[in-house]
Parts: sequence; structure tokens; C-alpha cells
Amino acid sequence: MNNWVLVCVLLVAMGFAYQFGTMRSRSLVDGKARMHSRPVHHGLLVALWCGLPAFTVFLLWSLFEPGILRSAVLNQLPPDMAGLQGHELEVLMRRVQSIASGFGVSDQPAAYELAAAERLRSLQGTGRLAMIASMAVLAVTGLVYALRRLSPALRARNHVEAVFRVLLVVCSTIAILTTIGIVLSMVGEALHFFRFVNPVDFFFGTVWNPRFSTTGAGELGQFGLLPLLWGTVMVSIIALLVAVPVGLMTAVFMAEYAPGWVRALAKPIIEVLAGVPTIVYGFFALVMVGPFFHSAGLAVGLDIRATSALTAGVVMGIMIIPFISSLSDDIITQVPKAMRDGSLGLGATKSETIRKVVLPAALPGIVGAVLLAASRAIGETMIVVLAAGNSPILHANPLEAVSTVTVTIVNQLTGDIDFASPQSLVAFALGLTLFAITLSLNIVALYIVRKYREQYE
Amino acid sequence: MENDVMRASLASAEAAQNNHTPELKMSARDVRVFYGESEALHGVDLDIYANEVLAFIGPSGCGKSTFLRCLNRMNDTIDGCRVTGRIELDGEDIYDRRLDVVLLRARVGMVFQKPNPFPKSIYENIAYGPRLHGLAESRAELDEIVQRSLTRAGLWDEVKDRLDQPGTGLSGGQQQRLCIARAIAVSPEVILMDEPCSALDPIATAKVEQLITELSESYTIVIVTHNMQQAARISKRTAFFHLGNLVEVDETTKIFTTPSDSRTEDYITGRFG
Ligand SMILES: Nc1ncnc2c1ncn2[C@@H]1O[C@H](COP(=O)(O)OP(=O)(O)O)[C@@H](O)[C@H]1O
Ligand SMILES: [Mg+2]
Repeated sequence: MNNWVLVCVLLVAMGFAYQFGTMRSRSLVDGKARMHSRPVHHGLLVALWCGLPAFTVFLLWSLFEPGILRSAVLNQLPPDMAGLQGHELEVLMRRVQSIASGFGVSDQPAAYELAAAERLRSLQGTGRLAMIASMAVLAVTGLVYALRRLSPALRARNHVEAVFRVLLVVCSTIAILTTIGIVLSMVGEALHFFRFVNPVDFFFGTVWNPRFSTTGAGELGQFGLLPLLWGTVMVSIIALLVAVPVGLMTAVFMAEYAPGWVRALAKPIIEVLAGVPTIVYGFFALVMVGPFFHSAGLAVGLDIRATSALTAGVVMGIMIIPFISSLSDDIITQVPKAMRDGSLGLGATKSETIRKVVLPAALPGIVGAVLLAASRAIGETMIVVLAAGNSPILHANPLEAVSTVTVTIVNQLTGDIDFASPQSLVAFALGLTLFAITLSLNIVALYIVRKYREQYE
Repeated sequence: MENDVMRASLASAEAAQNNHTPELKMSARDVRVFYGESEALHGVDLDIYANEVLAFIGPSGCGKSTFLRCLNRMNDTIDGCRVTGRIELDGEDIYDRRLDVVLLRARVGMVFQKPNPFPKSIYENIAYGPRLHGLAESRAELDEIVQRSLTRAGLWDEVKDRLDQPGTGLSGGQQQRLCIARAIAVSPEVILMDEPCSALDPIATAKVEQLITELSESYTIVIVTHNMQQAARISKRTAFFHLGNLVEVDETTKIFTTPSDSRTEDYITGRFG
């Protein structure tokens, strides 16, 4: 809360700095030398000089203060407490922080805890003052410095440009580093898992039976990936069998036949399908589609489980229709009119033209769209959690329950978890596998789509 | 002796053909075209004779392409475009409800301004039309049609070794000749060309012009061109359009030397355009 006020004050200060900058810049004009930059750029430059250094201090401070305070507090603990490790240390720190913030703890705090909290509070107070003071000094110094530098020859426009470029680079670096961080931490934990289970047993095992860690540490259970992977593949194939024909026909209708107003109305409506939360789809599958398939199966003498690969696949197919229809629609519309004219001019009918010229020309793009939809289906979780029946057994019957990689990750990470056991760590290995699959699908899809784009240049 | 008789009879037959008034292929009467509410063509009357090359010239936006597209009903594919008046092909009204537009376009083929080969192989580009209309009974017959069309378009020697490669990989001029071959493959009677050389370099243009001259022996050709030298080189008659009107149509030499309308004269002497 307090931090927000601080940031807002800084922003207001930057606003004033901007005003000062433009005002001063205008006073510089007075007929004499030609200005290199316009007042806007001078204003922006002054504002940046005022705001950026202070903000950097603020960021660094917020990043490092907790760590420094923590070690300061820990150093002050009584000697018998110094040996605390891991979990207990965390609990202690949390208690100290609660007391210091005035939130309190449920039981009577010990004397050393109170002392530590007192120390933490006073350190926090002075730290904050120091931070605000240094920010203020920096802001004022920056402002004065920048105002004094303003001159007609100053290349403020280029400086502002450079600062913005640096800002953009910093932001994208953060995004990229985050991605790399996620992948690395997953790899690390997965390697940890492979210390318990042989990778060959994991990637090629046909039985999934991971025992619960609480039922005795003696037996490890079996961590065979194949039943889960097969479940994922089966559900995704069913989903694509539903989504590809429907989505493609929709796209062709939208792009080639629908009059403008129908297209304007129907396209957003179809795209809403992609925006429905997947838990709602799961729910829909569980209470409507599953029972419907079950009773429909009874009517024709088929034993269809209410929660099955079929149910999950069909509902997931509905979910990914807009991915296919929307992307394919764009791709079909991109096929040049000259192609259609060429075909029509030879005496082809509209549907012949679509089948023999437009769709083949759009095919690579459509394949790309399907692959993107497939990677979406493979990573989908909520629908399969609710509707696939969670039965990690290798079989080929879509009318039976299955389990998928995503469902299993959920299962392994809910309830009591202990991140030292393979039962939990396997989630990272599964996640990494999933990530590798969807990543390669996306890369292939993007490659195909890009290649297609080049075709008409 | 016998030879002389033959020669004499041939000569007289040729003379008879030359004196014979040319056979009417298409005729347009009071053709008006509307894009939405605005009228782009204001009543065009024009006759097109069999086996002639007829050129359309005029400043851009005057309705040359619009009129050309009326002749094989390509305007049907444009939303909001409406055509009134009467256009006949061999005496039949082509806007008659009973007429099959698909068959019409097989009889009146079209070549476009920018070469637009399909993103398929060279062979498939040519075979496309014959397949649609069932012109070949067997693969051998289809091969035959492909070879004949490519030969007529003067492209066979250049592509015979790479029929299975994409048509989009050819040079611009080759692509345009491929499109002409594609149009010939369905054996049309009339070929419409809308500025077929405007995207080509001078050498490719010369090749296409020569091709047009050769083709006029067996087809009726209507060509829109921006290039007046081109019209003068290849066409027998020329029609001058201006602001949605057909100003005059006459022998090409007459149009370029003694036009009867002052607007035509202004245009060909470069006073506007
Ligand atoms: N698809 C279209 N929609 C609306 N107006 C068009 C369309 N095509 C052509 N026009 C209009 O019709 C007139 C004639 O165009 P066009 O036949 O293309 O001329 P030209 O081929 O002689 O340059 C122009 O005024 C043009 O703006
Ligand atoms: Mg034109």
C-alpha cells in the first residue's frame, strides 16, 4: 500500500518535471539558435532523469531489503537458536514478521521472538526512511541536472529514444529470463526425480501405479508414462476429429459464403467458445454430455462410461473449434482473389474453386492452425480432470475412462505433498514432457505457417 | 496442270473468304454496369468478329476491365455489381437465366493483368480446366492436351523437363504464358486479356505479343492495353473508352491516324491519359 503511494508520488513528480522541461525548453527557443529537439522531448528527458534513477533505487531496495533485514535479525537470535534449519527457521521468521507487523501470533510469543520483532521493526522503519530520502535526493538531483543540461543543441529526441529502447529491452529480457527460469527449475526437479526412477522405466513403462508416499517408503510404485501419454493422445485425437471438420467447414462458410453482416455477427460469437473458462466446459461435460452419451449408448446396446475419453474428447473438441475456424478463416481470406478469379475464369464453380484451389493453397496454414489447436488440446486440464474418468490404464477403447498427463499432474500435486518423494517429483518430469511436446508442436506449426506466408510474395 | 488448277481454286477460295463480311462472334447492346448505385458503364454497343484481335484503350478507370468482365460474366463474382443490356455470343444471350455460366466461361476464357498461376505444378495448372470439364478420357489424352496447350503458348520447350515443378516458380513472362496455355487448354472460342503485359518486361512482352498474333488464327481475342504501340502492333480493330463510354471503335490504323472523335485524338496524342 505504502509502496503504491510512493510510486504515485514519483509519477506526479515526473509529471511536474515534464512541465518544467517543456517550459524551459520553450524559453530557450527565443528566436536564436535552431532547436535540435522539440519541447516534448526535452520535457520527456527531464521527466526520465527525475524519475528513473529514483525508481531504480526503489526497485533494488525492494529486492534486497528483505534478505538483508533477515540476516540482521537472525544474527541477533540467542545462540541456542542459531542452529535452526530449513522448515523451523521459516516458521520462526514468519512468526517474527507477524509480530513485527502488529498482526500477532495465536499463542504467547517467547521473549527472544519479541526482541527480534522489535529489532526488525526498527530496522524496517529506518530502512524505509533512508530509501525515501535517497529517492527524493536522486529525483531532485536528476531534475536539476537535466534542466541545466537543456540547450538548443541537446539531442534530447535521440536520448529519449535510447532510454525507451533500453526500457523495452529490459522488459523483454525479464520475460525471456522468466521462461528460461521456469524451464531450468523444471529440468532440475525432473533430474531429481530421475534419481529415484530410471528414465527408461519412466518413458517406456506401461504401468502407472505410483503408490502413495504415506503408505510406506519401502515400495516405490511404477511410473510408466505410456498409459498417460496414450490417454492424452486419445482424447486429443477425438477432440481433433470433432473440431477439424466443424472448424474447417465453419471457416469456409465464413470466408467464402457468409454475407458481411453474418460474418460480422457470427465470428465473435464463435470466438466466445474459446473464452469460456475450461472448468465450465468440464462441468458441462460431467453433467450433460457424459450422461447423454451413457444413455445414448444404452439405447443402442453399447456400454459407454459417462466419464470417458469420448466425453472429454468431444467437449474439448467443441472448445478448440474457434482455434481452427478463426485461424483457418484468416488464412482462407488471405488466399489472393487472383487465385479464385483464375479458377472461376476457367469455368469452375464456386465449390470446385474452393476445393481445388483455395483449400490446397491454404492447406499449410490450415495444418498450422490444427497443430496449434492440438497443442492446446494436449495441455488442456480441467475438462479431462472432470470428464475423462481418471483411469491410468493402457487400453484402446475410447468408451472407457482414461487418464492424461495433465490430470495426473493434478493428482500428484493435490493433498499432502512432500517434494522429496518421487510421487510428487514425477509431476515435474510429466510437466517437462508435456512442455516438450507442445513446444515442438508449436514450432512445427509456426514453421509451416511462416512458410505458407512466403508463398505469395 | 493439275497443280495450277488446285492453286487457282485455293486462291479463289481465299479471295472469297477475304471479301466475305467477317463473322459476328459477340455483340453488346446498351450494356450498363452498376457498382452499387454508381454507374460505371453508360450503355456500350459493340460488335466483336470471329478471329479478330480487338484492343480496348482508354485512360484508367474508364471501364475497360469492367466491360471485358461482362463478356464472360466475371462481374457476377463481384458483390454489388449489376449488369443491364444484352450481350450475345453466337446469337445467344449470355445473361439468359437458362445459360450455364460455367460453360460460358469455358467458351470465353480469360487472362488476367497479373499472372496468377495456381500454387500447383505446371502440369496441374494446365490440366485443371480440362479435368473440370471432362475433356480428357484418359491420362494419355490429358498429357496430350497439356503438351498441345504448352506448345501453342510457346512454353513447351522451356518447361517440358519440369512439368512437376510449381508454376509459381517460373519467371513473370513464363507465368503469363502459362496462364494463356491454361486458358487455351479448355479450347475456348474467345480469349479475354486484361492488360496481360503490364507486369512483364519488354522481352517477355514481345513474346506474349507474338503469341497473341499466332493465336488470333484460331481464337477471337479481346485485349485491354495501356500501351498504344502494343494496340497498334497486334490489333486489327481498336475501341476507345472514355469515362464509361465507348467513344469510337474502328480499324486500328484509322483510330491512330484519323480518329473521328476529338477525345480519341486527344488521348492518342497524349493530351490526357
Ligand atoms: N469492384 C469494384 N467496385 C466498385 N467500383 C469499381 C469496381 N471495379 C471498378 N470500379 C469502378 O468502375 C470504374 C471503371 O473501372 P475499371 O473497369 O477497372 O477501369 P479500367 O480497367 O478502364 O482502368 C472505375 O471508376 C472504378 O472505380
Ligand atoms: Mg483495368
